[in-house]
Amino acid sequence: MNIWLNFLIDSLAFGATFIYGSTGEILTEKAGHLNLGIPGIMCMGGAGGCLVLNMVGKIGLPPTMIVILGILGAVLFSMLCGFIYSFLTVSLRANQNVTGLALTTFGVGLMKVIMIKLDATVYLVGPKEYYRWPFAGRQDSLQTLGILFFLAIVIALIAGYVLSKTRVGLNLRAIGEKPGTADAVGINVIRYKYIATCIGSGIAGLGGFYYIVDYMASQEAYLSLEAFGWLSIALVIFALWRPPMTIIGSTVFGFLFSCSSFITNIPGITVTMAMKPVLRMLPYVVTILVLIITSVRNKRENQPPASLGLSYFREDR
Amino acid sequence: MRDKRSRETKEPLFHLSRRYSISWIQAWGIRLAAVLLGMLVCGVVAFLLIEKLQQRPDRIGDFYYAFIKGAFGTSRKFWKFLKNIAILLCIALALTPAFRMHFWNTGGEGQTLVGVLACIAVDFYLGGTIPEYLLLILMLLASLAAGALWGLLPAVCKAKWGTNETLFTLMMNYVATYLVAFCLEVWVKSGSGVLPQMKTGKLPTIGNSYLLIILIVLGLTLLLYIYLNYTKQGYEISVVGESVRTAQYVGISDKKVIVRTMILSGALCGLAGYLIGAGLDLSVSTQSAGGQGFTAIMVSWLAKFNPLTMILTAGLIQLLNQGAAQISQDFDVSGALPNVIVGIILFFIIGSEFFIDYKIHFIRKEKEAVK
Repeated sequence: MNIWLNFLIDSLAFGATFIYGSTGEILTEKAGHLNLGIPGIMCMGGAGGCLVLNMVGKIGLPPTMIVILGILGAVLFSMLCGFIYSFLTVSLRANQNVTGLALTTFGVGLMKVIMIKLDATVYLVGPKEYYRWPFAGRQDSLQTLGILFFLAIVIALIAGYVLSKTRVGLNLRAIGEKPGTADAVGINVIRYKYIATCIGSGIAGLGGFYYIVDYMASQEAYLSLEAFGWLSIALVIFALWRPPMTIIGSTVFGFLFSCSSFITNIPGITVTMAMKPVLRMLPYVVTILVLIITSVRNKRENQPPASLGLSYFREDR
Repeated sequence: MRDKRSRETKEPLFHLSRRYSISWIQAWGIRLAAVLLGMLVCGVVAFLLIEKLQQRPDRIGDFYYAFIKGAFGTSRKFWKFLKNIAILLCIALALTPAFRMHFWNTGGEGQTLVGVLACIAVDFYLGGTIPEYLLLILMLLASLAAGALWGLLPAVCKAKWGTNETLFTLMMNYVATYLVAFCLEVWVKSGSGVLPQMKTGKLPTIGNSYLLIILIVLGLTLLLYIYLNYTKQGYEISVVGESVRTAQYVGISDKKVIVRTMILSGALCGLAGYLIGAGLDLSVSTQSAGGQGFTAIMVSWLAKFNPLTMILTAGLIQLLNQGAAQISQDFDVSGALPNVIVGIILFFIIGSEFFIDYKIHFIRKEKEAVK
């Protein structure tokens, strides 16, 4: 296959990890909550899915069931983390940055403790093929474009539609901008915040699961997952808080991140080892530039939600 | 008729009000209760995770005793405990001026890392060619400058255009990480990516190898306490943090304060990097800061941004860390266990702040109220 096409497909497949992570984070941020726990939540999603696969892998269930159970496991575990986060920040009004960081510490640690006990031959070898349907068994980059990849695209598009075209989305955005006003209109602010955070976490958790079981499909994949959680948070800015934009953004990020290893395959281009870290730095530098440019241009529709990071207490001024 | 209608409306079980003052004993009582409750949950979680504990449930005593053993077991462990507190405390102190200004500096990790990188870079290129004392001074200046630069960039953008500082500083961490990776590729010719320990540029030791670092950080704690509470600049930081408009009204330039404070914050992170680089590791890796830049945020927040209380909170975190490391050694489990335990305890402490800030009034049944 053409080397460039191969490269593009690989970037797309890698990017799906970020599509999940940042779509989940966007939903949470639109409710006014900056969830720095996303790396931990993604890790827990991956661990939860693998834990379930490890349990059901040997009892001879039909592939469809295994696929569904794995996804449910990932969503359940990450939603649980999302629930802890929303209980602390919504109900107990804790500082969001601190809660998020604590959740990341917890999630990454617990994932490592869980994953080390699982048997890779059970949770990885068989299920990998099921998740890669319909391209399983191919030798080129297409093999990673399985069920979970398409699910990522669908989720991002649906989330974009819900946020910009429906009443629920309008309410959610209102809460993120000015919760007091939304409350006065009669929107149940607390319920919206809880649901948005939990659903967002569930989506993000799928990203971790996809990365471990499908894209990397290796026993050590979980060790590198945390860094991509942070990259997903960066992508939210890059995508200007629009879920469909994450598809483009994540492909660009995937491209930048994996081009260091791909470029060496192209005849005529020589890359020294020292260039690799520089190329990997690019996604973050680009994010910073986007952040600065949007704040300089100061267009209202490209700004972070106005009450991002602030907790809401009705009786406060 | 009216009676019936009023009975149909839902009465909430309780309502909340903000507490504006709480006695010292009550507040710390609530926090202590939270930590104890957290420890209890840790025990349960550990039981689920540790197989050796499931086989021998009677060893649960050893589980809790490990927290004391990990920090105070031997004199070596105790000094290591103090050193770990000092480094974490130093980063937390560095972040505090920014936090007091309500500038959410999540970039302590990166600012510390470039501090380590800068001093090792000076050591790498100049080590052996100039006198040792001059080298150490140059290394210190390089660390301070690098940290300050890493803090300055987000501050200028925040002051000029209102760029979101939480996300900006967060991204700077990764720029720093890959900058270190880049330097390692250039410096280490073998391609292993591990820089051997430097022969020059080591901080002198007094007493034992950690005492000087501990004393420096202790001095810094006092200085920062005085700076924040008893100087004009410290007061300006608080005013900008409470209300930017008040600051503008009384003639404090909020932009100037933001930039000045972030230079200070970044430079102090750079100092922490210097202590790690020149005082301990004599080398640099992408893990030189080891996530402490993030932990320091929690240390500072838990202490309500008070430098003196931070000694306690940094101590608590490191006690948990070393205790959990001891547990993973004693019970033969993954080295990631400290993170789980610190995470759980933090959840409880974070949650407990709510009960300090708010009072819960349970609403009595309507019937009693009518009577």
